[in-house]
Amino acid sequence: MIHAASPVHDFDAAAPRRRERAIEDLRDGLARWRLAWALARSDITHRYRGSVLGPFWLTLSTAVMLAALGILYAKLFRVDIAAYLPWLAVSLIVWNTLSQIVTDATTSLTGAEGVIRQMPLPYSVHALRVVFRNAVIAAHNLPLIAVVFAFFGVLPGWGVLAAIPGFLLIAIAAFAASMFLGMVCARFRDIPPIVASVMQIAFFVSPVIWKPDMVGHWEPFLAINPFFAVMETVRGPLMGTGAGPLVWTMAIGWTGALVAGAWVFFVRFRGRIAFWV
Amino acid sequence: MAAIEAAGMAIEFPLYHHNARSLKQRVLASTPLRLKRDEDNRIVVAALRDLTFRIGDGERVALVGPNGAGKTTLLRTIAGVYEPVAGSLRVAGEIGSLIDPAAGMDPLLTGRENVVLRALYRGMTEAAGRALADEVQGFAGLNEFFDVPIRGYSAGMNVRLAFAMATAMTPEILLMDEWFLAGDAEFMARADQRLSKLVTDAEILLIATHDMSIVRKWCTRAIRLEGGRILADGPVAEVLDAAGL
Repeated sequence: MIHAASPVHDFDAAAPRRRERAIEDLRDGLARWRLAWALARSDITHRYRGSVLGPFWLTLSTAVMLAALGILYAKLFRVDIAAYLPWLAVSLIVWNTLSQIVTDATTSLTGAEGVIRQMPLPYSVHALRVVFRNAVIAAHNLPLIAVVFAFFGVLPGWGVLAAIPGFLLIAIAAFAASMFLGMVCARFRDIPPIVASVMQIAFFVSPVIWKPDMVGHWEPFLAINPFFAVMETVRGPLMGTGAGPLVWTMAIGWTGALVAGAWVFFVRFRGRIAFWV
Repeated sequence: MAAIEAAGMAIEFPLYHHNARSLKQRVLASTPLRLKRDEDNRIVVAALRDLTFRIGDGERVALVGPNGAGKTTLLRTIAGVYEPVAGSLRVAGEIGSLIDPAAGMDPLLTGRENVVLRALYRGMTEAAGRALADEVQGFAGLNEFFDVPIRGYSAGMNVRLAFAMATAMTPEILLMDEWFLAGDAEFMARADQRLSKLVTDAEILLIATHDMSIVRKWCTRAIRLEGGRILADGPVAEVLDAAGL
């Protein structure tokens, strides 16, 4: 007879009940958001331990990059810096967030190897940790947008609130990406460098430093690029232009595909993660 | 009521991230003992093979056997780290694991902060973690070092902290690897008391060790593993005598 309060874990290799286990993992992982938050916070504080500026180095380095790129590319593209720099600020900060998330996602599980091999923990905690860590980083960079806007007298109005669903979408995509890339990269160690080079290419082929209207009649096709679609759901509202239905459809579509792919993969291979890392 | 039941349980570690082809040629040329090819033609290490046992309430079980016998892997599997590739495993009861004292510890945090972190790992809240920290502080006997980052700790201090932390949560099943023997005599005496209390509360202790005096003193049953298989299972005296230990 089993005591009611005792947790029971039951595993039979002949009937692995993978879906149930995956759902359980997700539920327990989300319930331990406090742990994910504590780990994410210590990731940031440890990185800047003993430094004077601490995590504000993130803010400072983004500010320097913004000033350098803003002045140079306004000149190269022959556009007015007062019109270009606020746009670049939003672009670059949102892009940096996306790119940082993708890079982080590749090490979400291999980076937690020590814990994974020593104690049972829902794997979704590690994905949540990546989401929180990047949210903290984004929170150090986003205020720069307000500074640039104030400097150039840009007033986007209440429309900026429409960026909130965009941020939510990014958070969901980040969670799924951490799960998916985390697993793939734990199994195949050649994937992280591939992802890094893809992100570098994506930076140039996505409208981050150049404006979407610069490609002329190709503009409608830009939304095929998942990075553009997801980025635009935040950038549009922040710039006061809003995000059109095409952008939203593509962004939700891409995120949905990512979530579905991550889920299928997670259900199938969750039990193997401890052997992979 | 705590219980651990395994039937035909097996764990295999695939050797990823190695030069598989040359490895295959080398190991499969001789007659391998524990390396084998699985159905996907991968080289795997058979860490645990066809284990069947049942451990019930109040049993204090020693896992004995040479290095590489599969003792720690068995502890980790019971803890829920690895999923068996064959057979079944059923564990009923809250598990406390003392497998690696450094697991989940952050060297840059203080002893107290690490206890709170461990509480979070176990799904508790910060407030419950802080209450737990006060409790652990009393038993660990680290005095002012409790509020010092643990990377400045000696091995013995780490053991004290880890042991106090794991047993403060009154697990129903305590899994232990032999590192905890690094504590000093005074601490070992207290640990002994705490363990006897833990075990008399009708729970399970599962300990992997090479120290036969510990086995004879603390355990009621011994399981002798070798090459990932159970060679003998029974009362301590019987198993140890048969093995000439």
